[in-house]
Amino acid sequence: MPNLYDSYVQVNILVLYATHCFPTKCIFSVSHYRLFPTSLGQVISKFSVRELHISFTQGYRRTMQWGQTFLPSPPGAELWVWFQDTVTDVDVTWKELTNVLSGIFCASLNFIDSTNTVQPSASFKPLGVGNVTDQRFLRYAVLPREVVCTENLTPWKKAGYTSDLCQDWQCKSTAWELRQTLNVVFDLHSSGQSKREWSLFKMFSRTLTEACPLASSSKVDVTDNPQGELFELSPATPMLSQAVVLGNRRTYSQRVETCCALYFTESAMCQATGCRRGRSTPWCTTTTRTGPSPSSCWTPCPGTCVSTSHTLTVTSKGRDNKPSYIHYQPSKDRLRPHLLEMLVQLPPNSVIEVTVQFERALLKWTEYTPDPNHGFYVGSSVISALVPSVVAMDTNSTQERPLFSSFFPCKEESSYFMQVYTEPLLVNLPTPDFSMPYNVICLTCTVVAVGYGFLYNFLTSTFQVEEPSPGLAKRLANIICRLRGVPLL
Amino acid sequence: MAAPLTLLLIVAVTIRAVLFRSSLAELIPERVEVVSPLNAWKRVVEGLALLDLGVSPYAGDVFHETPLIIYLFHFVIDYAEIVFMIADALTAVALYLAVKGYNKTVFRKQKYTLEAERYPLDCLELIHTPKEMYYIPLKVAMFYLLNPFTILSCVAKSTCGLNNAVIALFILCTVKGSALMSAIFLALATYQSIYPLTLFAPALLYLLQRLYIPVNWQRSSFWLFTMQYAFMYLGSLWVMVCLSFFLLSSWDFLSSVYGFILCVPDLTPNIGLFWYFFAEMFEHFRLFFICVFQINVFFYTIPLSIKLKEHPFFLIFMQIAVISIFKSYPTVGDIALYMAFLPAWNHLYRFLRNIFLVSVVLLACSALFPVLWHLWIYAGSANSNFYYAITLLFNVAQILLVSDYFYAYLRREHHLTHGLYLKRKDGSEATLVLK
Repeated sequence: MPNLYDSYVQVNILVLYATHCFPTKCIFSVSHYRLFPTSLGQVISKFSVRELHISFTQGYRRTMQWGQTFLPSPPGAELWVWFQDTVTDVDVTWKELTNVLSGIFCASLNFIDSTNTVQPSASFKPLGVGNVTDQRFLRYAVLPREVVCTENLTPWKKAGYTSDLCQDWQCKSTAWELRQTLNVVFDLHSSGQSKREWSLFKMFSRTLTEACPLASSSKVDVTDNPQGELFELSPATPMLSQAVVLGNRRTYSQRVETCCALYFTESAMCQATGCRRGRSTPWCTTTTRTGPSPSSCWTPCPGTCVSTSHTLTVTSKGRDNKPSYIHYQPSKDRLRPHLLEMLVQLPPNSVIEVTVQFERALLKWTEYTPDPNHGFYVGSSVISALVPSVVAMDTNSTQERPLFSSFFPCKEESSYFMQVYTEPLLVNLPTPDFSMPYNVICLTCTVVAVGYGFLYNFLTSTFQVEEPSPGLAKRLANIICRLRGVPLL
Repeated sequence: MAAPLTLLLIVAVTIRAVLFRSSLAELIPERVEVVSPLNAWKRVVEGLALLDLGVSPYAGDVFHETPLIIYLFHFVIDYAEIVFMIADALTAVALYLAVKGYNKTVFRKQKYTLEAERYPLDCLELIHTPKEMYYIPLKVAMFYLLNPFTILSCVAKSTCGLNNAVIALFILCTVKGSALMSAIFLALATYQSIYPLTLFAPALLYLLQRLYIPVNWQRSSFWLFTMQYAFMYLGSLWVMVCLSFFLLSSWDFLSSVYGFILCVPDLTPNIGLFWYFFAEMFEHFRLFFICVFQINVFFYTIPLSIKLKEHPFFLIFMQIAVISIFKSYPTVGDIALYMAFLPAWNHLYRFLRNIFLVSVVLLACSALFPVLWHLWIYAGSANSNFYYAITLLFNVAQILLVSDYFYAYLRREHHLTHGLYLKRKDGSEATLVLK
C-alpha cells in the first residue's frame, strides 16, 4: 500500500432497494446473491431499509487543488438511511441497524445514538425510486472521529457471493442497486518518485491483467487535467477525443473531458476565544457565472455546544441574505443534537458566510472522551444546491454507461444537483479536574456542613452565664463528692 | 424623606444608564457570576426568537424562564433597559417603605414594653432611638441601589432583578398587613423560582403578629387565618400556572423551569456550590445528593420559624439569605437582596464577632472571581479547581455573615430580657456562651 501522507481516502457504499409494492403485499424476498454480499443483503431485508448510504472518509479533500469528488462525503463515518413505510418504530430499528452495521463493517458505528442522530427535513432526499418523503423514516448520523481501515471492506472480502441481485428468475426487474466507490488521493512526491511518472504497478504493486471476472464490462478512464501539465499515456490509445471507446481487455481509453467547473468550495471555521464561547462560520465561495442558485445549508451541532439561533446571520457580498425557510430544532441536553436547515439563494461570484454563536458547556466528568483535551468534533455542514447550468457534456457517450451518467447527471442548460460538505470543527470544551471527585465531594459537603453547624448551634443552644472552671484540687474533690453522693464544693 | 430618596433614585438610574451606554454593557452579560442559565438575558432573547421561528421555546435546553416572562418581554423587548431600571427602582422603594413600616412596629412594641417596664434597667442603651433609626430606610434603599452587585445585575439585564422586585413587593405588602397582596406576590415569586416557598412561614407569622393572633396550635383563630392565607397563596399560584399553560398550550414549561431548577442538569459554573459538585459526582449517587442539596434549602424553615416566631421580619431576612446561598443557580443579584437589609440591623453592630473577616473575604473573593475565571478559561494556566476554591470561600464567608448576624440578634434579645451587664454568682463580670 503506497504512502498516503497528506492524502485522502474515501469509501462510499450506496444501496438502493427498489420496492414494487402492490396494494396487498410487498415483495421483499430476494434469494439470489451473486454479486451482492450476503451479510449486507440480509441486514437490508431484515431492517426494511429502502436506501442505505454509508461512507468512511479519512483526511480532508482539497477540492481547490484536486477537484470535486464524485460522491461527496464528510470526514469520518456517515450513515443515512431511508426506511420502508412498514417500519413501526424507526428509532429502535435505527439503533439495531447501526449496531449490526458496526459489526459488519468493523467500524464504531455503535456509537451512533440519539445524541448524534438527526432527521433532516430538506437536505437528504431519496435517490432511488419511490417518492415517499416522510421525514419520519429518514435518519442521519455522522461520526467525525472515525478512521478508515481495510477492515471496513470486510463484507466484500468474505465468500458471500452466492446469488445475484435480481428479483425474479428471468431477471427482468432490478430489486437492489449497489454502488461502491473508493476514492484515494496519492501524494506523488512522498512515494519516493523523483521523476514525474507513475504507473499502476508503482501505485498498487500490481498491474491490470484481466477484466473483473464478476462484471459484464470493465473500463479504465484516464482523465486529463486541462489546467495542468500534459501527460503521455502509455500504452497509448488512439482515442483522444470526447468520444469513448468501449473496451474490454487491455484497452485504455483516454477521454478528455472538461471537468465541471468548480462551483463550490466550502470551508468552515470556528472562531473562539477561550473555552467559553465561539462562533461557527461555515462559508462557501460560489464561482458560478450565471444566476443565483437555491441551496439548502444544513448544520448539525452536538449538544455540548449550546447554540443560539437568534445569533444566526447569513451574509453574502457584505450584505444580509435572509434565508427563505429555516428549520431549526434546538438540542436537548444528552438527548439530541441541534439541527439547522435553511434555504438560501446564493448569488453568483460571491462569498457567503453563515455565522452562529454558541456557548460551550461544562459536562459531567463521565461524559468526556478518554482524551478530553483533544476536543469534541462538530460534524460537517452540508450544502445541497441546484447549480443552474453546466458546461456542455456529450450526452451520447453517457447513455450506455449508467454509472457514469449517474455521477454526472448533467445535460445542457439544466440544473445540476450538488452536495458539498465542510470540514468538521474541533471544539475545545472546558474540563473539570478529573482527579478530584472525592476531594470535591468532601469540600463541598464541608461547606454545607459548616452552614448547618452554625445554624444548628444557634437554634438549639441558649445563652448561659459561664461558670469559671475551678482549680485542679477542687475538681478532684468534686469527683469524690459525686461518688459519695454529697453536695459539690 | 422623599427628597433624599428621589436624589438616590436619580443617581442610581444615572449610573445604570451610563453603564448601559458604555462598552461594559457587552462584557457584563457574559459573566457567569452575574447571570445563570435561569436568568440570562441572552436566553430570553433566544426563547423569543425560537417562538418567532415557530418552535416552542422549551423545545431545546436554552430557555428556562416562565411563560409570563415571555408575555412580558414580548411587548417590552425594545425597552428592556428601562424595564430593568424600573425594576431596581421599584425594589428600592418597596424596601424603603417596608423598612419604614417595620420600624414603626418596632417602635410601637418598644414603647409598650418600656411603659410596662419589662426591660432590665442596664440595657436601656440597647433600645432603639428615633435618631438612629431615622435614616435606616434610606440606607436600606441606598444599600440596594448602589451595591455593585445590583448594578452589575441590572446592566446584565438578568431577570434576577425582576425576581428581587417581586420579593420586595411581597415584603412591603406583608409589612403593611395586606394578606391578599402578600399572597399574590409570594405566589408570583414562587412561580418564578421555587425557593420563595419558604417565605410562606415568616409571612404568616408576621401577619398573625400584626393581627394579634397568638401562634398557638389549639386556637381556632390561628388555623382559620392560616387556612385563609394558604388558600389565597395556593389559589394565586394555581391561576398563574394555568395562565402559563394557556400561553403555549402545553405543560412543557413545568419540566423546563421547575425540573431544571430542581434537577440541575446544566453545570455552567456560577458562584454556588452545585456546579462542580455535580460535575464530579458519581452517577450512582447523583439523585441522592440532588435531594440532599435541595432539601438543605427548605429544611431550615421550620426550626428557624420556631426559634424566631416573635421576630418574623428577621426570619424573612434569614430565609432570603439561606435561599441565596444554597439555591441551585445563585447569582450576585440574589446576594444583593439580602445585603440590602443589613442597615436595618445596625444596632447589632456591637455584638458582631466576625464582621471584619467576613467583609475582607467577600471583597477579596469578588475581586478574585473574574481573575481566576480568566486564568482558567482564557489563559489556560489555571484549572477549574481555582475557581471552585473561590466559590467555596465566598459561600463560607456568606454563611459566616448570616450566622454572625443571627448570633448578634439572639444575643441582643437575651440581653433585653436578662440585662446587659451580667454578673456571676460571686459578683464578677460574666461571659455569655451558647450551650
